[in-house]
Amino acid sequence: MSTHSTAIGVSSKRGVWGGGNEPLKASYGKLMMWFFLLSDIFTFAAFLITYLSIRVSYPAYAGPAKEFVGSNEYWPIPELVFDAIPFVHGVHAPLVFVGLMTFILIASSVTMVLAVEAGHRNDRNDVVKWMLWTLLGGITFLGCQAWEWNHFIHGSEAGAVLNYINGISQNVTETVFGANLLVNEYGPASFANLFFFITGFHGFHVTIGVVLLFMVFYQAAVGVYDRRGHYEMVEKVGLYWHFVDLVWVFVFTLFYLI
Amino acid sequence: MDIQENKSTLNVVPRNDDKIKKIWKTALILLAITAAEFVMAFTMPRGIILYVLFMALTIWKAKYIMMEFMHLGDEVKPLIYSILVPIAFLFWLIIVLIKEGSDIFSLRWF
Repeated sequence: MSTHSTAIGVSSKRGVWGGGNEPLKASYGKLMMWFFLLSDIFTFAAFLITYLSIRVSYPAYAGPAKEFVGSNEYWPIPELVFDAIPFVHGVHAPLVFVGLMTFILIASSVTMVLAVEAGHRNDRNDVVKWMLWTLLGGITFLGCQAWEWNHFIHGSEAGAVLNYINGISQNVTETVFGANLLVNEYGPASFANLFFFITGFHGFHVTIGVVLLFMVFYQAAVGVYDRRGHYEMVEKVGLYWHFVDLVWVFVFTLFYLI
Repeated sequence: MDIQENKSTLNVVPRNDDKIKKIWKTALILLAITAAEFVMAFTMPRGIILYVLFMALTIWKAKYIMMEFMHLGDEVKPLIYSILVPIAFLFWLIIVLIKEGSDIFSLRWF
């Protein structure tokens, strides 16, 4: 909470030059978290704008969706690439699983904001409860992403016949299954590379977030914040967690919708 | 001793139902926008109109997350601007790199 300043009260005589002012009315920790997030916004924006740039440098698939086959000549339709769900094999369920992932991450963002709200009220029980839900959401999301990657890497049963230049500089035409950094059955090599890089970097952020969430959950549960006298740590980690959700909103639109 | 140490020394403020209601309302809006995007992905023809709509809805969602969930809207104006103004530079980057990408498209395919 930003209003708790330990600095010596500012006398009107010293004015703004005497120090001890809080022009942004926020604590050091919260400010630094905001500026870190601003720098992270630029990092993610650079990746996502690179995606846009490479995407428009390839033709989009123009034919009817039913006749879609993967090729490195054109960019694939996302709903035909990401159309699988766990436990049921061979069912065409476009974007259902990724929609569920989005839902989970937004839900965990909501429970996080409820934890922050409970922290404002110094309500330890509520903080612990909502932190646990948030933690659960974060771990579930990571599990979903692991499955999504696994499926993306192993690919469909049919695969796609592609002409490409392989690792030892030979021009080959063969059936390709799944995706790696050199070639993939869905579209141009950049498609899988950007997918791995951007969702991987986001997943890395989620992983760090889950570690931080666990730390806050544990410290709140054992009463560290009660003894410290405030629950600001919940707020700071909350900012980070919402940011992870914010990035996912853009990743979802760019990778899965457009 | 242990039990005493574990007891809250802070005053627990009772829940403010209006605040909590507002959080759930924001959550509902976010879910509704995502659901709308989902429906649009299957019902509308692909093209520039759909993509612009998707981006607009995404930025709208981002606004709710930043202003309501991250409480940026409750901060003082200088803090809001010091976060939002630098982001404006990105619009230049978007325009330039999309132009660059479409130029590469022309060189590569024509």
